[in-house]
Amino acid sequence: MTTVSTYRPRTRRNVELALLLLAVAIVVLAYVNVELSVSGDFPPGLVGQTIGLLAISLAFHGLLRWRASYADPLLLPIVTLLNGLGLVMIHRLDIAKGRGISDGLALKQLTWSALAVAIAAVVLFLLRDHRILRRYTFISAVVAFVLLVVPLVPGIGRSVNGSRIWIGLGPFTFQPGEIAKIALAVFFAGYLVQTRDALSLAGRKVLGMTLPRGRDLGPILVAWVLSLLVLVFEKDLGSSLLLFGLFVSMLYVATERISWIAIGLTLFCGGAYLAFLLFGHVQSRVHLWLDPFAPGQSDQLAKGLMGMAAGGLLGTGLGRGRPDLTYFAESDFIVPSFGEELGLVGLFALLVLYVLLVERGMRTALGVRDGFGKLLASGLAFAVALQCFVVVGGVTRVIPLTGLTMPFLSYGGSSLLANWSLVALLLRISDHARRPVDEQPAGPSSTGQAHTEVVVLR
Amino acid sequence: MNAPIRRLSAVVALLFCALLVSSTTIQVVQAKSLQDRPDNRRTLLDSYARERGQILVGGTPVAKSVPTKDELKWLRTYPQGELYSHVTGYYSFTYGAGGGLEGADNDLLSGSSDTLFYRRVSDILTGKTPSGASLELTINPAAQKAADQALGDQRGAVVALDPKTGDILALVSHPAYDPSLLSGHDTKKVQSAWTRLNADKGRPLIDRAIGGDLYPPGSTFKLVTAAAALESGKFTEESQVPGPATLDLPQTTVNLPNDDHLPCGPGNKTSLTHALQVSCNTAFGWLGMRLGADALRSQAAKFGVGDKLEIPMSVTPSRVPAELNEPQTAQAAIGQYDVRMTPLQVAMISAAIANNGVVMQPRLVKRVLSSDLEVINQPDPVELSQAVSPDTSAALTRMMETVVTSGTGTAAQIPGVDVAGKTGTAQHGKGLAPHAWFTAFAPAQDAKVAVAVVVEDGGRLGNEAFGGKVAAPIAKSVMQAVLGS
Repeated sequence: MTTVSTYRPRTRRNVELALLLLAVAIVVLAYVNVELSVSGDFPPGLVGQTIGLLAISLAFHGLLRWRASYADPLLLPIVTLLNGLGLVMIHRLDIAKGRGISDGLALKQLTWSALAVAIAAVVLFLLRDHRILRRYTFISAVVAFVLLVVPLVPGIGRSVNGSRIWIGLGPFTFQPGEIAKIALAVFFAGYLVQTRDALSLAGRKVLGMTLPRGRDLGPILVAWVLSLLVLVFEKDLGSSLLLFGLFVSMLYVATERISWIAIGLTLFCGGAYLAFLLFGHVQSRVHLWLDPFAPGQSDQLAKGLMGMAAGGLLGTGLGRGRPDLTYFAESDFIVPSFGEELGLVGLFALLVLYVLLVERGMRTALGVRDGFGKLLASGLAFAVALQCFVVVGGVTRVIPLTGLTMPFLSYGGSSLLANWSLVALLLRISDHARRPVDEQPAGPSSTGQAHTEVVVLR
Repeated sequence: MNAPIRRLSAVVALLFCALLVSSTTIQVVQAKSLQDRPDNRRTLLDSYARERGQILVGGTPVAKSVPTKDELKWLRTYPQGELYSHVTGYYSFTYGAGGGLEGADNDLLSGSSDTLFYRRVSDILTGKTPSGASLELTINPAAQKAADQALGDQRGAVVALDPKTGDILALVSHPAYDPSLLSGHDTKKVQSAWTRLNADKGRPLIDRAIGGDLYPPGSTFKLVTAAAALESGKFTEESQVPGPATLDLPQTTVNLPNDDHLPCGPGNKTSLTHALQVSCNTAFGWLGMRLGADALRSQAAKFGVGDKLEIPMSVTPSRVPAELNEPQTAQAAIGQYDVRMTPLQVAMISAAIANNGVVMQPRLVKRVLSSDLEVINQPDPVELSQAVSPDTSAALTRMMETVVTSGTGTAAQIPGVDVAGKTGTAQHGKGLAPHAWFTAFAPAQDAKVAVAVVVEDGGRLGNEAFGGKVAAPIAKSVMQAVLGS
C-alpha cells in the first residue's frame, strides 16, 4: 500500500529570523566589547543603534517573506553578520586613529551599508525572475567592459595603493571593478548557455582530454587578453585574476570539460610570467611576496604579518590590539586586523562564514533548474570565493598582494553595493530553486527553457 | 551541469583550506619569530604598556617612568641626566634600550624576566597593574659626583670599587650625554639627537670605563709585573734589580729608556720598591724579560685580564698579547706594546691588592626590588680569584704607599689617611699626548675604596702631563668623597 502524501518544501523563513537575530546579537556584543575595552563604558547610543540595525535587517527579512519566501535562509544572516563585524572593526579603528563618530569612516560605511541594503531590496523587488537577466547578456558585456576600462580614462581614474582601479567623481571614489564582477557573471552565464553545446562537444581527444577546436578558442582568448590588459594597465593582479578565474570556472561548469581549465591555467600562468618579466610593478609585488621583510621596499605586508602574529591563537581581544599600526587596516588589511584582535580562532570563524556563504551559493546553483541560473549562481558564488582567496591569500602570503577588498568586511561603498546586490541575485535564484514548481512564476520565454534543461541533464 | 558545480565547490573548499593553513602558519608557527623582530612596533609598544622599574642610587631614582597622555603611556626620565648617563644608559622608543643598565637589565626593568614569573602570575591574580622590577645600585652618590666634577671637561673615565665586595661606587665616562634626549617621544627630536651624538668626535655614547677601544695601561701595569716578581719567589721588595738610564733590548735597535733619561739608582741599580716608587721603566723592562711573557700573562689573568665580565653590562675583556718576543715582553711589562685595559680592570688590580689579593666580581646592582620596594633578589659578593698571596699583597701595599708619600703620586695624598697608589703615563702613538693614569686605594691598611682614573691625551696638560699630575688629584677627590661619607 502506498499513501500519496503531498510534500511541501518549507520556506525556512523562521530559521532565517532566528539566525538573523543571532547575527545582530553578535554584532551588538562585539560593539559593546570594543567600547568597554577602549573607554570602559557602554556606548551611549547603544539602544538606538541596536534598534536601527534590527530595523534594517528585519525590513529586509520582511521583504524576503513577501517577495522571495523560499530564498536560502542562511545568506541574509551571514552577510548581516559580516557587514556588522566590518562596521565594528572600522569603528574600532576610528577610535584608535582619533576620528570622532561624525567624521569617522564607520558612519560613512554605515550609510553605504544602508544604501546597499536598500538597493539590494530594490533589485529583489524589481527582479521577479532571474531569467529576465538573460535578455541583457550583451548589454552586460558592454557595461562590464566600460566599468573595467573607465579607471584608465584620464581625469576620472585614480591610483590608490598602486592600483588604478578607482574612479573619482567629485568627493566620491568608486571601484567600478566590483560592479563589473556582477555584469561579467551575467554576460558569461548568458553567453555560455547559448554556446555551450559547441564548446563542450566538438574537439578531438589528446592525452585523455578533449581539446576544443581552434575556432572555439576565441572567447577564452578574449577574456585572457582583457585580464592581461587589466593586469598591465590597472596594475591590479587581483582584478585580473578575478576576471579570468570567473570566466574559466564558468566555462568549465558550462562545458564540463577539464581541458578548458588546463588551457585557462596555462594561459594565465604564461601571461603572469610574461607580465613579471616585462613590468616593474609586477616584479616588486612578487619580491614583496617572497620576502616581505627585505629592506628598501614597502613594509605594509610586514606590518600586517606582525599584527596577525600579535594576535596569536586567541587574539588580543576587540579594542585591545594595535591594528591601527597596519596600513589600510580598514580596507585591504581588515583581515589581519581581525586576526590580531580575534586571534586565529576568530579568523577561522570569519573564513568559515565565507565558506558557508559561497557553498550556499553553490547549493543554489545545484538546485535551480535552468542552465542560465546554474551558471549565474555558481559564477557569483565562485567570484566571492575567489575574491576572498585573493585578498586573504595576499595578506597571508599565499599569493602576491593585490588591491582588492574583502567582501562585506572592508571599508568601501562600491564593494558593499556590489556585494549586497550580488547576494540579492543569489537570494532571487535560490528562491526560484527551492520554490515548488506549481508556485513558479511563468518563465520569461514561452519556450519553457527551464524544462528542457532538466531533460538535458538527466 | 551539476557535476562540475560540485567539483567547483570542492575547489572552493581547497582554496579556503590554503587560507586556513597560511593563517595558522603566521599566527601560530611564525608568531614568536615575528614578534621578536626588532622592527616590530607592537612588541615595543607592549613594553611601554606597563610601568618600567626605577633605577635607584641611595634611595633616589636616577631613571624613572612618568605617566604621559600620549600613546606610549609612559615617558622615561633621567632626573640627573648626564651624571649617570653611562650607568643608566638610555631607553628609547626609536632606538631601543642600551648604553647601560636599561639595556643590560632590560628584562628585569620591563618585568619580562623569567625570574619575575611567579610575581607576574600573582599580579594577575590579585589584579595589580603589572610593572617592572626596580634596581638599587651600589653607586655612592658622593663619589659619583666627585668623579664627575674632578674629571670635568677632560675625556676619560673614573671607576671606584669597594675592594671587599666588588661594589662599583663610581662609574664615570666623559664626555657624557643626557639620556633624556633619546627617551623622548618626539621621534624627530630623538633622531636628530641620536645623529648628533653618533657624529660627535668625543663619542659620548661610548662607556670608556668598561668598553670602547681600551687603553694601554702604561706604568699602572708595573703593579702586575711587580706582583709576578714577588709571587715568583725570586724577588722581594728589597731585591736589587738593574735600573740603567736605558735598557738595551735584544733582537732590536730600539732601546727602552727611562722618561728622565737618568738611571733609577746609584750604580745603575735600584730596589724593587724604589723602582715602583719612581716608576723605573728599565728595571721593570728587565724584570719582564727575566720573568718571561708567560708569567706576566698568567699574573694578569689572575687579576681578571681576559675575563668576560658582566656588571651586568658586558665589559670588554682586557688583554695581554698571546705572542710576545723578548723586547715586546719588556715593553709589555711597563704596560706598552699591545697590552690593553679598561679602567675597571685597572681598578680591580688595586682592589685585589687592597683585599689581601682576592679579586671580587665587580657589580653595579645591589638589590632587585619589586614595584612596592620588596626585595626580590639581593646577591652576595662573589670572589673571582686569588690574584696574589696575602704576603705579596702586603708587600705591594707598602710599595704603593711609597709612591704616594714620596714618589710619582704625591698629588694623591690625603691628610690623615694612608694612600697606596701607582701612576701611569701611557704613550699611544707618535705625536699624541700620552694618556694619564692613576690607580690607588685608601686607607692602605683597611681599604674602603679602590679607584682607577684615566685622562685621555693628558687632559688639560697635554704633552706636559704625567699620571701623577693630571689623574692623581681626580683619584684623590673620589677617595675623599667615599671616606668622608
